[in-house]
Amino acid sequence: MSEQLQTLEPIITVDDLSSKRRLRDLPWWLFAILLIAVYVVFIISSNENYNKAFVFIKAGLYITVTTTLKSFLIALIFGLLAGLGRISKNVVINNIARFYVEIIRGIPILVLIFFIALVGVPVLVDGLNTFGYWLADNGVGFLGKVFTAVTNKDISMNSRAIIALAVTYGAYLAEIFRAGIQSIVKGQTEAARSLGMSYGQAMRYVILPQAIRNVLPALGNDFVAMVKDSSLVSVLAVRDITQVSRLYAGSTFRFRESYIVLAVMYLTITVVLSLLVQLVERRLKTHE
Amino acid sequence: MSNSDYIIEIKDLHKYFGSIKAVDGVNINIERSKVVVVIGPSGSGKSTLLRCINHLEEPTSGEVWIDGEKITHAAKQINEIRAEIGMVFQLFNLFPHLTAMENVTLAQKVVRGRSKEEAKQIAMEKLQRVGIPEKADVYPTNLSGGQQQRVAIARALAMDPKIMLFDEPTSALDPEMIKEVLDVMLDLAQEGMTMVCVSHEMGFVRSAADEVIFMDFGKIVEHTTPDGLFNNPQKDRTKLFLSQILEH
Ligand SMILES: Nc1ncnc2c1ncn2[C@@H]1O[C@H](COP(=O)(O)OP(=O)(O)O)[C@@H](O)[C@H]1O
Ligand SMILES: [Mg+2]
Repeated sequence: MSEQLQTLEPIITVDDLSSKRRLRDLPWWLFAILLIAVYVVFIISSNENYNKAFVFIKAGLYITVTTTLKSFLIALIFGLLAGLGRISKNVVINNIARFYVEIIRGIPILVLIFFIALVGVPVLVDGLNTFGYWLADNGVGFLGKVFTAVTNKDISMNSRAIIALAVTYGAYLAEIFRAGIQSIVKGQTEAARSLGMSYGQAMRYVILPQAIRNVLPALGNDFVAMVKDSSLVSVLAVRDITQVSRLYAGSTFRFRESYIVLAVMYLTITVVLSLLVQLVERRLKTHE
Repeated sequence: MSNSDYIIEIKDLHKYFGSIKAVDGVNINIERSKVVVVIGPSGSGKSTLLRCINHLEEPTSGEVWIDGEKITHAAKQINEIRAEIGMVFQLFNLFPHLTAMENVTLAQKVVRGRSKEEAKQIAMEKLQRVGIPEKADVYPTNLSGGQQQRVAIARALAMDPKIMLFDEPTSALDPEMIKEVLDVMLDLAQEGMTMVCVSHEMGFVRSAADEVIFMDFGKIVEHTTPDGLFNNPQKDRTKLFLSQILEH
């Protein structure tokens, strides 16, 4: 606190013009958001109807957070693989990666979530099961068991939602990784290769460490976007904060309370995360 | 069969970029421990020639033999051969996310399979040798150009190469830093390293070169000794080029 006051001192003593400029440069939008958040927190604590809605909706936070985190981690792997595929000189790999990225980016996320969860996953699992039974019929039962161990019944809607989000975001992250890798100058690969490193070694030890550092802010922004898009899993009846808000609103007819609380929850999470991303970005810049 | 008197043999080498004939039918044989300096105007194919030696560029046609072994673009062989050929670049190309020490140890560990301790010890020897052991833990951005280039040389030397390639190693340096890099190169030459250098440092040519190759338009115009170059150039094109670079 006293430290802050010290840093404020020069602001008070500077001349009129630049203090005006400083006022203008303050993040007023952030203050406005904070004000709204504080106001809503105040209402939640003082108004019984808002309080009930908040307590009910809060129960969905765990699903929202875990769904986002799991999906994003898997999407990072898909994205990295597809990003590497996009720059691969191997025609087959390159085209597979391009096919994946273009298909996903050509379909609305909401449709993808329906499609992957209700068509993609069941068809794939059925196919694997059928293959497993075929293997068992042909005398390789132990291998067959591997493919029949998991059936569609075993895959919860929440898991399907995670898979759907991961597959979708993988395609977007692929483009971030691709751009990040291509932003590293050619001399870096050449230096690595001239020392006898293989393509894979040069990627792993020289290019990716630099590329990933460069794309951290972009990845962070996509993570924030994913927090918001995780609300789409409510269409699969996964009980995230959006779904429980709908349930609460539907059963109590307290639409106003439900959706105000819901919106402010998302807003709080995304604003905090965005500020963190900016912080990291600034850190990276000054440590260049 | 290859004559293993020569550590590098380049046979009828061509490298085209579309319609540009960057290297256009070059033959060179280089003996062990020789220092060969390649000179020539910008765009004459010097870098491309050098980069064909370790297959950073895949030749359009022709052959490169290293130590009696024909280089192909097959991944495994080329990685093994590159580990034996150090390369130093005009713009240093240090790995910016690694310290000087880590720059020198990385390939030792992942390519040569040396232990961390061994790699560190060798790296320290090489950093000492190029005169900047005290910069071991410094990141490239905090090094001067001359220091960066010396780390780059240490990085290449740590692989125990049989051959060192230098592509205009001093041309991106401020004048006061050129000497510190040339001194290291001179040292190497005197110790018997086989070196192919693209450089227009005539002092270096005089004191270190065994042979000089003058290239123009992708072709070798003249392949001679430093003495032959300075005192008895055969071709008009060579004389003109020399007069241009010796002017300043
Ligand atoms: N990767 C490349 N793609 C297309 N053209 C190239 C490439 N590298 C070199 N060249 C061309 O080949 C010629 C020789 O280039 P280079 O070997 O770099 O010459 P030098 O090193 O003597 O200046 C130039 O005309 C150059 O533009
Ligand atoms: Mg060049």
